[in-house]
Amino acid sequence: MQKWRDIFLNGIVKENPILILMIGLCPVLACSSTATDAFGMGVAATFVLLCSNILVSLLRKLIPTEIRIPIFIVIIATFVTITDYTMQAYFPQLSENLGVFVPLIVVNCVILGRAEAFAYRNTLLASILDGLGMGVGFTLAIVLLGIIREILGAGTVFNVKIGISNPATLLILPPGAFIGIGVLIAVWNALRKSKGSVSSPCASCGLRQMCHSSKEGECEALGQIK
Amino acid sequence: MDLIQLFSVFFAALLINNIILMRFLGLCAFFGVSEKMGSSIGMSLAVAFVMTLATAATWPLYHYVLEPLNLTFLRTISFILVIASLVQLVELFMKKNIPGLYRALGIYLPLITTNCAIFGLSLLNINYNYGFLESIFHALGVASGFGLSIILFTGLRMRLNLAPIPKFIAGYPLVFFTAALMSLAFMGFSGMFGIH
Repeated sequence: MQKWRDIFLNGIVKENPILILMIGLCPVLACSSTATDAFGMGVAATFVLLCSNILVSLLRKLIPTEIRIPIFIVIIATFVTITDYTMQAYFPQLSENLGVFVPLIVVNCVILGRAEAFAYRNTLLASILDGLGMGVGFTLAIVLLGIIREILGAGTVFNVKIGISNPATLLILPPGAFIGIGVLIAVWNALRKSKGSVSSPCASCGLRQMCHSSKEGECEALGQIK
Repeated sequence: MDLIQLFSVFFAALLINNIILMRFLGLCAFFGVSEKMGSSIGMSLAVAFVMTLATAATWPLYHYVLEPLNLTFLRTISFILVIASLVQLVELFMKKNIPGLYRALGIYLPLITTNCAIFGLSLLNINYNYGFLESIFHALGVASGFGLSIILFTGLRMRLNLAPIPKFIAGYPLVFFTAALMSLAFMGFSGMFGIH
């Protein structure tokens, strides 16, 4: 029981894909100008992540190692297409707001990363929990950013007006996304550092999932973060 | 199609709708490869190369294969596979025939296969209903915009390495704040040449 709980919580706290690993940032910044968009993006990504984890885990004994990445991509792209068309049919407004970022879930490093690092090596139940945990972690981070930006930038939360008379429109514009995520990560780091946890130099590298370097912290070609 | 229209497509993509600072595509490469000037120049050249190539491959695929056959729902899956295999082929070709260029750009090629900017650009070309020539100019503009912002950003980051910075802001938060200021500066281009 403890083991299952750890797998689930891993994605939310210890290895939160956004706040700790900092991968898959594009949709987080682009789709967080309102809390509603952020929630829609979070749910869509969680659905794709969960489904791809389930299918990869079920098929892991059948997928040859050499061509596993193309197979993962096809599996992920299938679920992304399903999500895209479902959203267009039932939530046209949301689909219009998120625009090109719904099909772009297919190149989200979180999803491919989990298929490769977890689902391909673990049982079905563990992969489901991992997918849910990572998805919830992703959704929490993006919705948190969406709420902050919407309150300060438009004076509303989930389109409900709250009493802010002079919202700073800057926050819902593109620069606001960078400021918001910067503050969020700084606060998160401050909270975590006080607990004294240390992560590897590669943990925060944006290219970690695609990195071909064999040793941790040694991809000199890309000028690693010290 | 007149030249003015092509130029407005180019400049809109370069400055006004900058792919990184306004559209948030290709952020992994933007933050990951912007530590050294050499690598950011190499990365932007490789991105420009692959973007143009990917546009030249995906535009005909969509308009001449998927659309006539009513298979547009296969857009996502076919684009990603075409782009990935194209990059692999180019890499093999370059390695054998142009080793000099391969040494300069080779290491970046596998990284940008999964770069969302490339795939996002192919989708945007379709969404905007661009013609083939417009799409190519759009790709060139987007790629120059990528290069412009990553090279400027690298310059800023190299300066910031020497600055005294509060402990909790150091590292990623500072990088994001710098990007925010750049994004703010690029917002000033909005409305230039009457384009929004």
